[in-house]
Amino acid sequence: MSYKIIFSFLLLVLINGCSLDPWVKPYERANLADPIMSFSPDPLSQGYIHHVYQAREGARGAEGGSGGGCGCN
Amino acid sequence: MQKAVLGAAVVVTKFLRIYILLTLALIPCVSVAAVLPADRADVLYHSYEGGGISITGPAVLVRKSIGDSVSLSAKNYIDTISSASIDVEMIVGASTYEEERVENSFSIDLLNEKTIMSLGYTNSVENDFTADTFAFGISQDMFGDLTTISMGYAHGENIVGKTGDASFQETSKSDSFKIGVSQVITKNMLMALSVDTITDEGFLNNPYRKTRYIDPGDSTSFILEDEIYPGTRTSNAYALRTKYFLPYRAALHAEYRIFKDSWGIDGSNIEVGYTHPVGENWIFDIHYRTYSQTKADFYNDLFPFSNSQNFIGRDKELSTYTNNTLGFGASYEFIKNESGNGAIDKASINFKFDHIVFNYTDFRDATQTSFDAGTEPLYTFDANVMQLFLSVWF
Repeated sequence: MSYKIIFSFLLLVLINGCSLDPWVKPYERANLADPIMSFSPDPLSQGYIHHVYQAREGARGAEGGSGGGCGCN
Repeated sequence: MQKAVLGAAVVVTKFLRIYILLTLALIPCVSVAAVLPADRADVLYHSYEGGGISITGPAVLVRKSIGDSVSLSAKNYIDTISSASIDVEMIVGASTYEEERVENSFSIDLLNEKTIMSLGYTNSVENDFTADTFAFGISQDMFGDLTTISMGYAHGENIVGKTGDASFQETSKSDSFKIGVSQVITKNMLMALSVDTITDEGFLNNPYRKTRYIDPGDSTSFILEDEIYPGTRTSNAYALRTKYFLPYRAALHAEYRIFKDSWGIDGSNIEVGYTHPVGENWIFDIHYRTYSQTKADFYNDLFPFSNSQNFIGRDKELSTYTNNTLGFGASYEFIKNESGNGAIDKASINFKFDHIVFNYTDFRDATQTSFDAGTEPLYTFDANVMQLFLSVWF
């Protein structure tokens, strides 16, 4: 059942999404492009602090972007 | 056990199906180009001090493009560890052990229009632990570049040894599946959702740590015995992050992450932060993070008798506890070459400091021998984490 819902959602995305007119135009993205808005401004530093927490907490995963081949640049 | 393995397999299969569906759905949306990560080099010195442990060392990361569609990165990271932690003290008394961990990783990112594919390899070596990890990732910009979807898979193989016992050698392996969506919400707001499933199989204990049980001959005392962990573990983590650009040039960020695993640990963390540039060259950051978790099903601070359960553990990382972090950072950009004509585009020197307080709810300080077993004070400690690094973009 859940797969039917996912598939229907993706079908809707395919039909409507690709022709989507972006609601934030390219010329309106100056603030978003500011380095202070980056989720991962310093990958080496971010990777280190994730390592600090991973070693001392039971939780792991979904730490966010850190590059280095994790597919989450 | 079979149930746990079966559960892991079902989760993995579900993820694969969703991956395939998403991939198929995204292909027709490809149009103009995405951008590879910027060329940069970072040299970092890190220091962690807390709970009787000192870990320091350097780290270097270099990323360089070749042409317009290939980016290579290499990282070297070293931990020099000196430990007289509560875990060490309880087992071998008040002595310190020293060791070093060296991690090297390489990755290649390939850009094709709006798709970036990444391949990575990481090797980590300690005198008693070797880990090799292979990673693959793909990310895709879509919907007028308002949305980026990324997926990743990583496989790790570990060899576990034990100092002082040459005959001890165990193995474990792990598989990690990730999906991420980042979304432009408004011209001032970004959101990102991450989902991560990790499965482990093999020897998952720390071979040095012990559990303790009440001494049958003296109920005020305890006896140590080896931990026994399950041979599999599956965990799911979900995180939602947001960044908001304020009416003046400054940004707020927030994160909420939840975690659940097949060992019974439920965890979550919340982080909020504020980033504030001053003038053209300075950026300051302040953040607060709080984390809490419940204990694993097989965790107990003091077991009633020897081998009282199939699985027994007393790692404080498996107990019920909270930690709170208050941190700040300062960054000074001392080269800014906006013309792009020189060899260096920009360079900054950065300092970050985090103070973390750990409070355990059911892990007692068993090194305090003046108390009867099970009545010792609950364990608590503070840690200071410092980073000093130089970043150069070229």
